[in-house]
Amino acid sequence: MRLLRGIVTKLAGIVLAILVIATINFTLVHSAPGDPASVMAGQSGATDEKFLEELRAEYGLDKPFMVQLGTYLKKVVTLDLGYSYRQRRPVNELILDRLGPTLLLTLSAFFLSLIGGVVFGTLAGLRHGKWSDLAISLVALLLYATPVFWLGLMLVLIFSIQLEWLPAFGYVDMRASSFGRLEYAWDVLRHLFLPAITLGAIYMAVYTRLMRASLIEVAAEDHVKTARAKGLGEGAILRGHMLRNAALPVVTFAGLQVGALVGGAVVVETVFSWPGLGRLTFDAVTARDYPVLLGIFLVMSVLVIVVNILTDLLQRLIDPRIAVR
Amino acid sequence: MNRREFSKLLLATGTTGVAAQTGLFGDMVAYAQNGEGGLTAIIQPEPPLLVVALNQQIPVGIIGGKLYESLLSYDFDLSPRPQLAKSWTVSEDGLTYTFELVDNAKWHDGTPFTAADVVFSCDVMLKEVHPRARANFDRCESITAEGDHTVVFKLKEPFAPFLLAFETSSAPIMPKHLYEGTDYRNNPANDTPVGTGPFKLAEWVRGSHIRLEANADYYHEGEPGLTEIFYRVVPDGASRSVAMETGEAQLSQFSDIETFDVQRLADMPHLDLTTKGYEFFSPVLWYEPNLRREPFNDVRFRKAMRLLLDPNFIVERIMFGLAQPATGPIASTTKFYDANVTTYEQDVEKANALLDEMGLAKDADGKRITIHHLVVPFGEMWTRLAEYFRQAMSAGGIEVVLDSTDPGGFAETVSNWDYDTTCNMLYQFGDPALGVARSYISSNIRKGVMFTNTQGYENAEVDTLFAEAAVQTSEEARQERYSKAQQILCDELPVLWMTEQKFATLYDNRIADLIVTATGVNANFAKAHYVK
Repeated sequence: MRLLRGIVTKLAGIVLAILVIATINFTLVHSAPGDPASVMAGQSGATDEKFLEELRAEYGLDKPFMVQLGTYLKKVVTLDLGYSYRQRRPVNELILDRLGPTLLLTLSAFFLSLIGGVVFGTLAGLRHGKWSDLAISLVALLLYATPVFWLGLMLVLIFSIQLEWLPAFGYVDMRASSFGRLEYAWDVLRHLFLPAITLGAIYMAVYTRLMRASLIEVAAEDHVKTARAKGLGEGAILRGHMLRNAALPVVTFAGLQVGALVGGAVVVETVFSWPGLGRLTFDAVTARDYPVLLGIFLVMSVLVIVVNILTDLLQRLIDPRIAVR
Repeated sequence: MNRREFSKLLLATGTTGVAAQTGLFGDMVAYAQNGEGGLTAIIQPEPPLLVVALNQQIPVGIIGGKLYESLLSYDFDLSPRPQLAKSWTVSEDGLTYTFELVDNAKWHDGTPFTAADVVFSCDVMLKEVHPRARANFDRCESITAEGDHTVVFKLKEPFAPFLLAFETSSAPIMPKHLYEGTDYRNNPANDTPVGTGPFKLAEWVRGSHIRLEANADYYHEGEPGLTEIFYRVVPDGASRSVAMETGEAQLSQFSDIETFDVQRLADMPHLDLTTKGYEFFSPVLWYEPNLRREPFNDVRFRKAMRLLLDPNFIVERIMFGLAQPATGPIASTTKFYDANVTTYEQDVEKANALLDEMGLAKDADGKRITIHHLVVPFGEMWTRLAEYFRQAMSAGGIEVVLDSTDPGGFAETVSNWDYDTTCNMLYQFGDPALGVARSYISSNIRKGVMFTNTQGYENAEVDTLFAEAAVQTSEEARQERYSKAQQILCDELPVLWMTEQKFATLYDNRIADLIVTATGVNANFAKAHYVK
């Protein structure tokens, strides 16, 4: 019963958080000078009053602010994110279209960086002070300091222009609609390679350093000494006594980073012409496409909340001492 | 060491730029993925829709120009050529325009194209939704069909550049059977454009690409010469250069390629460069002071600003040769340009003398006054222009504070006259009456509307000259008035004209007859084909 009440309270909190987020978002995007109509007029080379009036009426921008906000919140409650007049499609549809590529990219980058970080961090931590530790730490530091767009362009220069191994940009080949299923998957994978590495690199560096540090710390703890004293092999000590403890801060941190990962995707998606949410966001910002922008913010906040819950669960899996509250 | 290893070595030593310039990778071009006889082009940004009648942004015009057509197309010298109209006559008094239409054109859905479509488009739909067409066709007393293949436009009074109103993005002919009596902006047909053009929309993968396929029923035998056109969305400037370099894209236009990268790509063996095909637009770029505010309302201050600026610097260092200095309001590439006007050579001393004369004394730091400059938010080039402005003004003791904004904020701020100085660039649309007068006549000072007389210039004589020139039917009479207007404007400097902008079109040199009209990449590409 207590557990049920806990869950209900938590859910109510989430819904409230989302509504507050939606209201703040709405107020924020509407407070900047200019609106979608002025952007459209500013890009069309010639315009007149009638054109602006019609656009504003069509977008519903001629109504008072509170009326617009009310209409919007009512729609959000019914899971309708509105209609993008600029793109002439429902926002739900636009976001769903782009969600796939973005999830593919960010999740690939996420797991790549997590696995890579844990592996390299462990290697470096175990060889603490040796040259391989130094090499790994140095590379990690370099990656951490490299701007994302620069890394992306360099990878393109090497793997696409020089070696011609991988496509420079895009999500799939333009001929993909005639591909078989396997061929299609392979094609997407080839396109995914460079952007995923670019996006994951910086986080891989962070996790490597984090993992290394926490492994060194765990290695000095009493229970590890005890294990060693009772004659366990190094492999068994690592697997049974060190990894779980050392991985905990990495997972916690990675959970927090998911939001930032989606943010970083804007740059990577732009460099690699990846048709994801990040680019949709960027386009929506410059075009003042309010419904799309608000829709994305909302989906992002829901994603972050969901990931936080998942991280909680994962932590419990790794460390059973963290009880379900 | 083979060539590929050598390239790797070059990369390692950081000299790839040089290698690329010498065409080292010329034989490594991985050609685009389109099928036999197809073209892959860059499109940026992705258009929101393809119906030119409803949206006149550049990308919409480029792709929509392959799907939709108007009555005429235009030669590089802006003289009209047949398109949906095969011939036309203009009456002596300049009031009646009669067009004979092609009789074998069909809409993409198979419905025959007739004079009724033209009347519906020009007299009803475009007047409702298209600002520029509305201005042109409001001059008509009547637009009527005579039979299925003749249309007669009767004007209220003569309007000299009327024949220039029939360019595709100015007056796209829309299918009456799909649009009549509907809510134009929310018509479902907007998602599946139906035009008369040589290409049809085949596929649109949002965020990735748009595919057009050849219209087999096109009304000219043997056209189009291309089987399909892919428009790829490539949002990043560096990636666009890479795409052109590797051959993954075969056509770039307008400002797709950053000015500093144009020549490097043009030197590659598989690419050709042309700056032709923008004559209809012939944009002129200027620094714009807000004449409602001090000290910009004083012509001496404007002259001083102009004398501090050097258009040649902009041409060479910001446009990398893709521009030429402008002498006045009318571009030398369009009609009625007159070079016989007051010109201004950069002269810092003279500028300072003018500022002294105004009583703007220098303080201890050498500063006379602080003004603001609204940076145009459309890319690198504009940022450089703002930085140059700040630097040039400092030589006269004018301190410039740069204000940043985004596209929405820019249009809002400029159209509501809430700025000191900014920069702007306007298309001329082939004739001063269409694209030049609008920036200087006092009847076009309209708050909240972009591309009007935003700086707030008022001169009754200029108003009269522009008004008269528009309705004269003889070229000499028009020239006389436009020459006089240019002289007055160059003396009064309502804005500070800097450059006539050129755009670079880079294209795969195996394709011939790609750029054949004054609207270049916006035209229908019916004649483009691969060289055998």
